[in-house]
Amino acid sequence: MFRRSFLGFATAGLLALGLTGPATAQDDFIVVQSTTSTQNSGLFDYILPMFTDKTGVEVRVVAVGTGQAIKNAANGDGDVLFVHAKPAEEKFVADGHGVSRSDVMYNDFVIVGPPADPAEVAGMSDVAAALSKIAEAEAPFASRGDDSGTHKAELSLWNEAGVDVAAASGGWYRETGSGMGATLNTGTGMDAYIMTDRATWISFGNKGDYQIAVEGDEKMFNQYGIILVNPEMHANVKGDLGQQFVDWVLSDEGQEAIASYKVDDQQLFFPNAK
Amino acid sequence: MESFSAILTEALGLILAWDPDVIEIIVLSLRVTLSAVAAACLIGFPLGAVIGAFRFPLRTGVIVAMNTMMGLPPVVVGLLVYLMLSAAGPLGVLGLLYTPTAMVVAQTILVTPIVAALTRQVIEDLYNEYSEQFTSLGVGPFDRVRALLWDARYSLLTVALAGFGRAVAEVGAVIIVGGNINHVTRVMTTTIALETSKGNLQLALALGMILLTIAVIVNGLLMAIRGTAARAAYV
Repeated sequence: MFRRSFLGFATAGLLALGLTGPATAQDDFIVVQSTTSTQNSGLFDYILPMFTDKTGVEVRVVAVGTGQAIKNAANGDGDVLFVHAKPAEEKFVADGHGVSRSDVMYNDFVIVGPPADPAEVAGMSDVAAALSKIAEAEAPFASRGDDSGTHKAELSLWNEAGVDVAAASGGWYRETGSGMGATLNTGTGMDAYIMTDRATWISFGNKGDYQIAVEGDEKMFNQYGIILVNPEMHANVKGDLGQQFVDWVLSDEGQEAIASYKVDDQQLFFPNAK
Repeated sequence: MESFSAILTEALGLILAWDPDVIEIIVLSLRVTLSAVAAACLIGFPLGAVIGAFRFPLRTGVIVAMNTMMGLPPVVVGLLVYLMLSAAGPLGVLGLLYTPTAMVVAQTILVTPIVAALTRQVIEDLYNEYSEQFTSLGVGPFDRVRALLWDARYSLLTVALAGFGRAVAEVGAVIIVGGNINHVTRVMTTTIALETSKGNLQLALALGMILLTIAVIVNGLLMAIRGTAARAAYV
C-alpha cells in the first residue's frame, strides 16, 4: 500500500516533468523586447490582440527597462525592439544589430510631487527651472537610476538645468535602480519628486495624494521607436514575422489602434509614424 | 492603505470568480515548480545519498560547497541561465529562452543543492546507524544507497518540500529567463511583481495570499500521503 502511494507521488512528479513542453505548439510567434511603460500602461494588452487576430502571429512581450531591452536584443534575444531612447536606438542600428529605426508614437514626461510641494514647483512648465528649484531646496527626488529610457531623459534634463546629481546621490537625489512602477511606489513613500512618463502615471494604481507638478515643456517629449532586429546578424531572428509586426504598427491601422487606447478618457500615446 | 479584510475579500473573489487568466497563472506556477522539484529530487536524492553514505577524498570540501550553494541568489542563477540560453550564448540554438522550460532549468539549479545537501545529512545520520549491519551482511554499494534512500523516504518528503518552498516563492530567476510574458511565462511570483510595479498593491497582496494557499494545499497533500503510507506500513 505505502509502496504504491510513494510510487504514485513519484509518477505524478514525472508526469509534471513531461508536461512541461513549450506552452503553445504553434511556431508563429515573435518576441518583442520592450519597455515597462508600454506594458504597464496596458497599451500592449489593447493593441496586440488586433494584430494577432489579423495575422495569426502571436506577440510575446518582454517588458524591461530600455537599457536592458537593447542589450537583450543585441544578444539576438528578440525579433523586434520597441523602446524610447533615440540616441541608444540609433547606435543599436549603427552597430548592425537593427535593420532600421522608425518613429512610432510619443507621449510626454511629467514630474509628480507631494501635495506639500517643498520646492514650490507646482504648476511650472519650464522643466530646467523646476529642476534647479528642486536642487536648491534639496527636496527629495527619486530617480530610476537604471539606465532606462526615462532615466536617460531625466539625466539629460538635469544636465540642461546645470545640476550635478551625482554629487547629491544618496542625499536628496535617490536612485532606486528599479522600474518606473517600483520607483513611483518608493518615491511616493518618501515624499520625493519623481519624473515619470504620463502613460505610466495615469494608469498607476498607488498615486496616494500625489499630483502632477511640472508638465508641458517640449523638452519632456518622449519619443518611441521600433526596430527590426537584424536577421543577418542574428540567425534566429524571425525577419519576416518581425517585419510584418513593424509594418502593422506603422500602418494606418496600427497607428489608429494606438491613438484609440484610452485610460480614464485620456489618450496615453500619440502616434507619429511617417 | 487598504485594510486586510478588503485584501482577503479580493483574494477570495479572484478564486471564486475562477478567472481563466488567474487559473492559467496558477497552473503554470505549479507546472514549473513541481517539474523543477521533481528534477531536483531525481538528481539530488542519489547525489546526496552517495555523499552521505561513502567516504572519499575532499568529501568535506564537497559538502561545504553543496551547503553553500543552498544560498545561491536566484537573480544570479537567472543571469547564468540567461547567458547560457541567450541566442548569443552556448545553448542559444535550443531556443529555450523565454519558455517555461528555461524557468524549470533555472529553478532546478536553485533547488538541487538544497535537496542534495539535506539528503546528505539525512542519509549520513541513517548510515551511522546501519553501517555495522551493512558490513556484517556484506551489502554492496548500490544496495546500500537504495536501502538508505528507501528507509529515509519520509524524511526525504520533507526535503522535497523544502525545495518546493524555495522554488514556488522565488521571482528573481524566473523573471529573467522567462521574461514574464503574458500567457506564456507569467507565474504567480512574476505577476505579483508586475502588479506591485503597476501600483495595484491590493491585487498583488491578494495574489500573494493565493500563492500561500497553494503552498498550504501542496504541503497538506504530501503530509496526507505520508500519514496514509505510514499507517499502512504498520498494519
